[in-house]
Amino acid sequence: MSDVVVARSLDEARGALADHPDATVLAGGTDLMVEINRGLRRPSHVVGVAQVPELRLWSVADDRVTVGGGVTYTEMMTTPLADAAPALAQAARTVGSPPIRNAGTLGGNLGTASPAGDTLPVLAALNAQIVVVGPDGERRMALDDFVVGVKRTSLRPGELIVRAEMDRPTGRQEFLKIGPRNAMVISMAGLALVADHDARAVRCALGAVAAGIPRARDAEAWVAERIDWDNGAGVDDAVAAEFGQRVAAASAPIDDHRSTAAYRRHAIAVLATRALKRAFAQGGSSDA
Amino acid sequence: MPDPYSLRVNGVDCEVADSDIAESLLFVLRERLGLTGTKNACTEGECSSCAVLIDGVLTCSCLVLSATAAGQDITTVEGLGDGRDGLSVVQEAFVDEGAVQCGFCTPGLIVAVHDLLEANADPSDGDVREALSGNLCRCTGYGRILAAVNTAAEAKRSQP
Amino acid sequence: MTSEAVNTAAGGSTATGTGTDTIVDAGTRGVGADVGRPDGVPKVQGRFAFSSDLWADDFLWGHTLRSPHASALIRGIDIGPAVAMAGVYAVLLADDVPGCLTYGLEHGDQPALADGQVRYVGEPVALVAADHPDIARRAAEAIVVDYEVSEPVTDAEAAPTAAPIHPDGNVFREIAIRHGDLDVAGEVVVEGVYEVGMQDQAFMGPESGMALPDEDGSVELFVSTQWLHVDREQIAACLGIDEEKVRLTLAGVGGAFGAREDLSLQVHLCLLALHTGKPVKMVYSRDESFLGHVHRHPAKMWYRHHADRNGHLVKVEARIVLDGGAYASTSSAVIANASCFAAGPYKVPAAHITGLAARTNNPPCGAMRGFGAVQTCFGHESQMDKLAAALNMDPVELRLLNAIGPGDRLVTGQLITGTFPTAEVIRQCAYAPEPEIPLSDDRRDLPGGSGRTTDAADTVRGTGFAVGFKNLMFSEGYDDYSSAACRVSDGVATITCACAEVGQGFVTLAQQIARTELGVDEVILAPAQTATIGSAGSSSASRQTWMSGGAVQAACREVRAQILADVAAEWGVSPDGLVLRDGLVVSLDGQQEALLAQVTAGTGYEADVEYHHAPTEALDENGQGNAHVSFACAAHRATVDVDPDLGLVRVRDITTAQDVGRILNPTQAVGQIEGGIAQGLGLALMEEIVLDDGIVRNASFTDYVIPTTLDMPDVTIAAFVEEPEPGAPYGAKGIGEPPTISSSAAIAAAVRAATGQALPRIPIRPADIALG
Repeated sequence: MSDVVVARSLDEARGALADHPDATVLAGGTDLMVEINRGLRRPSHVVGVAQVPELRLWSVADDRVTVGGGVTYTEMMTTPLADAAPALAQAARTVGSPPIRNAGTLGGNLGTASPAGDTLPVLAALNAQIVVVGPDGERRMALDDFVVGVKRTSLRPGELIVRAEMDRPTGRQEFLKIGPRNAMVISMAGLALVADHDARAVRCALGAVAAGIPRARDAEAWVAERIDWDNGAGVDDAVAAEFGQRVAAASAPIDDHRSTAAYRRHAIAVLATRALKRAFAQGGSSDA
Repeated sequence: MPDPYSLRVNGVDCEVADSDIAESLLFVLRERLGLTGTKNACTEGECSSCAVLIDGVLTCSCLVLSATAAGQDITTVEGLGDGRDGLSVVQEAFVDEGAVQCGFCTPGLIVAVHDLLEANADPSDGDVREALSGNLCRCTGYGRILAAVNTAAEAKRSQP
Repeated sequence: MTSEAVNTAAGGSTATGTGTDTIVDAGTRGVGADVGRPDGVPKVQGRFAFSSDLWADDFLWGHTLRSPHASALIRGIDIGPAVAMAGVYAVLLADDVPGCLTYGLEHGDQPALADGQVRYVGEPVALVAADHPDIARRAAEAIVVDYEVSEPVTDAEAAPTAAPIHPDGNVFREIAIRHGDLDVAGEVVVEGVYEVGMQDQAFMGPESGMALPDEDGSVELFVSTQWLHVDREQIAACLGIDEEKVRLTLAGVGGAFGAREDLSLQVHLCLLALHTGKPVKMVYSRDESFLGHVHRHPAKMWYRHHADRNGHLVKVEARIVLDGGAYASTSSAVIANASCFAAGPYKVPAAHITGLAARTNNPPCGAMRGFGAVQTCFGHESQMDKLAAALNMDPVELRLLNAIGPGDRLVTGQLITGTFPTAEVIRQCAYAPEPEIPLSDDRRDLPGGSGRTTDAADTVRGTGFAVGFKNLMFSEGYDDYSSAACRVSDGVATITCACAEVGQGFVTLAQQIARTELGVDEVILAPAQTATIGSAGSSSASRQTWMSGGAVQAACREVRAQILADVAAEWGVSPDGLVLRDGLVVSLDGQQEALLAQVTAGTGYEADVEYHHAPTEALDENGQGNAHVSFACAAHRATVDVDPDLGLVRVRDITTAQDVGRILNPTQAVGQIEGGIAQGLGLALMEEIVLDDGIVRNASFTDYVIPTTLDMPDVTIAAFVEEPEPGAPYGAKGIGEPPTISSSAAIAAAVRAATGQALPRIPIRPADIALG
């Protein structure tokens, strides 16, 4: 095979990967090409998957949203996905700039597996299953089992990220992210929160404040008992504030050149408080 | 080394041979095809000075592995002029409004504004700012650039 | 005209600005008109050749190996693995520098390549030339350097007493300004300690260029720089050849802002080209660019202001420490500026200001837009607000009460003889109508922007004000003259000047000036290069409109005088009765006219001049003296929305008034002001080189963030304050730096007003507000 294969079908991509299990899988290029341009990564073989039609599929069902690994951020914002998974659209809109959003994909965000990957808290909060395909067939796993460390995944050689399947709960969804300016930022702290009225559950996951993408499960359980699910009343300020503190307890941030652990923990508390209040505010709807 | 491949740039097929596997589309446009209008300010997707249209989609050419762009339609700033003196209305507005200083960000902005106005003939100030939020400019503070976008949008709308 | 009429003016003549010029005839494309840039069309078409766009047959790519350590001895370097790589043509070390190993703008202490020791992260250690950039980079990585790493000195305050990092010691300059009665004390005293982080110029076009060797041992260099002739002087010394053997041509410059005043790759390119006998091109990557040029000095400043109960300043005491990093660059001039302007544009009867620029193992710092005045403006304006609060006085009124102007003296004792309309810029800016900016529901207008962090109800609004000033041109006795030549032939003017066009628009002004002076329309600008004309001085210090503008004006006027003298002789009239306009020589009585194209047919007329500003003096041991040529001031009022819980800020408006002397091109003036404010906004809120033991942690546009379209507000220019400056061509002052000086301080003041917090440091980080 040539050193560079632009796969036009999933089979072609799988075939190329079977030939060269060590090949670099290139989707939108928004992460990998930065490393290649800096000389930090020198691939021997590349399999381009941006033009694999099967990976660009998405679908919306009553209770389920499926997003192919090759779906771009722009598509998450501009197709009916934006209504079906509003937090995903909100997160997509915070990724880089318009040309980055045109190129970058859900599969790429998953494959890079950065704690600051903007869609990852959304996937966690929506109980996403990540579906991969490889020489041994298809595997599916929860996000927690897919992202196993900072920029580390459980993807095996020769495997491709095919799609993510996520819940479509009945309540509102919120994604909030802090950066050092008002656009085009890497997350200093991010948070996704979804309200699931059928399950009477709140799910909340955090970005850029831990080695992985933690779910604030204790806080979720605590607050679910304090929501007035039957009457749809708003959330009490004190409950929201305490929820914020409890969510922050699920973070394990560090000091780095982008921010401090203390600020990140504080910010998560504020973001969680605001997200909860928005999710249960009377009137209005989730916007992108 | 990838097999020789062909890039279709501004309507012209260009053969690329003996290239290194790791070369970006930005590098090939500039160094192999001599199309230096596309600029190399960051090579990490953070400034959009290398923006081109690939099959009509606004893209940072620094983040495209060149060989993977074979067979796609690539438009660079050199391929955008159409009107008076070979300038598009966007280019004309940038000249007229004083939107150019050092000019290094200009080609990427020209491409991005073409893309914006194709999609949205009458963008609000917020739309323009969001659409161009990835185009870093260090000279102008953006004021004259935003003025040029408004001027270009008006001119485009008044075209027959 | 006959060939005898041509004045080739070898050696040139000398002109000095005297008196205020009047604009003879602006015409539609002359001085004062809104003329477009001559390079505008090629720039929007992508046809303008920047220094990274160069190409030559069979050229090589250069690459620099840089130190990963802030402080280390080099025990040995093995270039063997690099030399052995296919495609590698040269690997050069310090021993390969044939001339003087070190260079520097004011003090030659910086090695072109590290010689046994590295003093900062990013210091060049070795050079490679190869036939592909990736091979050059890989070869550089293959060089094995044996470092003996030592503890770096990274604290500027501690540096003077630390072991010397360099044979020249750890103090670049200490300066003391003692002015007036230092025993006096005020009835009201306020103190503060302020800090400014290390800002980067972050121009868009990375360092790049191409050197072409000649068989005679000379070299031609196409490069982006701010000052061709001073580059040539330093390059020739390092190469150990005559200056005439180094020919520089300005290649397209993608912004500068001070970062191209020092050498970066110039010597390296020439070394590689001369060594390989082939053209060599280098283009820094963005991360390398952050390591490859100087930054704005981080500052720590202690202030004590004394005033009487009515608000009159009585005394200002200040101590300023700048971290100069590993090499001298322009540190000694930056600390002088910081100290001279530390009290702000105010009448201060007594001042005791001490300044220190220290050497550390941090990255070298040097010129950036505002050059020392930015740091102390944040200090003195923070103090003025604090003083106003202590006096229970309106901060604008306090500033007006103390505003300096003509006839007053600076803390250096210098009498203000030119224009200096501090009070007017304060009034025009502060009393301009407040912009009506409704609180928006559009998240793009709110703090946090697209991150959806903040609702309108989460924000508080604040307004802040600041005024600042600095010198125009170089100071302390420096004769930073400019040179220009004018030729008029067949009715077309050609201007030759080595002024570096870095985006500021000098090329436009040069054409406007020639049109105004010569009554021509077509003005050709010859390339800026060292072989054809003398030095233009640096494109910095807000000086080129005055200095190179003055040189162009003087050259044009000399040519005009020659033409008129010849025509007058032919017509038997006095030259005083003749003018040039609309491509004609015309007698004022309307009796006679001739086509300039005919009068100047063939060889035409030519003049070559040097233009000098009025001389200045060194500062004495008390920091007293007439050290500066001229001054310009500006005021800024910032309106911000702050999310105090998260510490996020959205600037909603900047209103400004600026002392400009005269406006020569309105649109370009607006562009300079808006662009300068954007850099001030960046320093106030987001821009900082983050260091950790001398290691730059954010050398990328991912992590060194500069303002985007969603960070910059609309700028309201309340007034160009036009008081023509005596001695300046057309009365025009440089306008590039004042927008950057006080905009940061105004934004910081606005955030303080919104939050009630002290915020003694810029950039203000989210944590400073949220956890402050």
